[in-house]
Amino acid sequence: MEANYDLEPDMLRAFDRALTTERSAAGRQVLQTLKDNARMAQTKRMPYCQDTGVVVCFVELGQEVHLTGGGLDEAINEGVRQGYTEGYLRASIVRSPFDRVNTGDNTPAVIHVDVVPGATLRFSLMAKGGGCENRSKYKMLTPADGLEGVKGWILECVRTAGPDACPPLIVGVGVGGTFEKAAILSKKALFRELGSPNPDPAIGAIEREVLERANRLGIGPQGYGGDTTAFGVHILAAPCHITSLPVAVTIECHAHRHKEVTL
Amino acid sequence: MIKAAADGIKEVTPPLSDADVASLKAGDRVRISGVLYTARDAAHARLFPLIEQGKPLPIEVRGQIIYYTGPSPARPGAVVGSIGPTTGGRMDKFTPALLELGLKATIGKGARSQAVKDALRRHTAVYFGAIGGAGAVLSQFVKALEVVAYEDLGTEAIRRLEVEGFPAIVVNDCHGGDLYEDGVRAFAREDA
Repeated sequence: MEANYDLEPDMLRAFDRALTTERSAAGRQVLQTLKDNARMAQTKRMPYCQDTGVVVCFVELGQEVHLTGGGLDEAINEGVRQGYTEGYLRASIVRSPFDRVNTGDNTPAVIHVDVVPGATLRFSLMAKGGGCENRSKYKMLTPADGLEGVKGWILECVRTAGPDACPPLIVGVGVGGTFEKAAILSKKALFRELGSPNPDPAIGAIEREVLERANRLGIGPQGYGGDTTAFGVHILAAPCHITSLPVAVTIECHAHRHKEVTL
Repeated sequence: MIKAAADGIKEVTPPLSDADVASLKAGDRVRISGVLYTARDAAHARLFPLIEQGKPLPIEVRGQIIYYTGPSPARPGAVVGSIGPTTGGRMDKFTPALLELGLKATIGKGARSQAVKDALRRHTAVYFGAIGGAGAVLSQFVKALEVVAYEDLGTEAIRRLEVEGFPAIVVNDCHGGDLYEDGVRAFAREDA
């Protein structure tokens, strides 16, 4: 709920920084409006964007934790139900992709659970907007495509997302693993603090290069033309099969709403 | 009706005539006052078969403006919650038929198909962009709201809004102008 009213400080800093570097007057005006929007959302307790998203929840469940009194999924969905109803947040989920009847309370959430060592329970939640999610893409590259192929594909995703996905974007990338593993990594990558590089310096360098190149595409804030097309490129990598080079790209808009809680 | 304000921004008040629309160029900033109708995916999916069967629509679209949005719920005492634009491209399939009925403008964000751009020329209509994600800021320009059709669709119902000074920019005009293409041309330093 709070994530929908209060943009994180790393996002607000990104707006400020971009306001000093953006060459496009229309682009600067968009950035200023988005800053004003963040302030207004915070003071009026009104969602920053009317699309208050699908709740994507990553759970790290310590293997020594024993849950009682009901199912984990049920508890998460009850939280979503209460938060979205009491918080005047939009119900944006349909019960079936075919009959498309709105569930009315934004449930169910998309839940991923990892069992980890320890005795804590950690929730990483994101309210993921639909417009940008629609521009997320996957491509199975070949080992011969290599690093250049990966960079080219990420840039292609940013270019084709264009104005539709509400730039400035944050680009989450999962490289390696399998088809589904890469997609999950591309979402997890978005939880890292904006601007902080992957701890592996080689991957950090790729992130920097792709971000710089993305910002040379000219799309700019809202696609009105400019230098601020993306605020960040976050990559997570995993081992993969000798035949494969999976690359998933989750496109996230500037309404980047997330929260982490450890119990 | 359209007139230029002292600050260079064009004041737009529906209903719009062909001459009004023809005076708008891609990149023009506008302030819209008067009535807007909201409709997005699910409402368009209901309107489209009616158009195909030649049946009357629940709203008169001639000369009017449709705003692609699904607002968040209003807090008690507020007119509306957050109300920014959704992606216009998802309505591409339905837009030419509405323009043929005399709809003069749509407001959204993101690029339109070539078929829609051609229809904007053919029917002298315009596509405005509002700032995506600025739903809180945009809510302050909405002075009244009433559900006029398809209430069961929740946020996707058709609403009649009264707005005052609602800020937007011309993305696609009726002369083939395209703000997104112009923007990339002006600022691109690399091809993807």
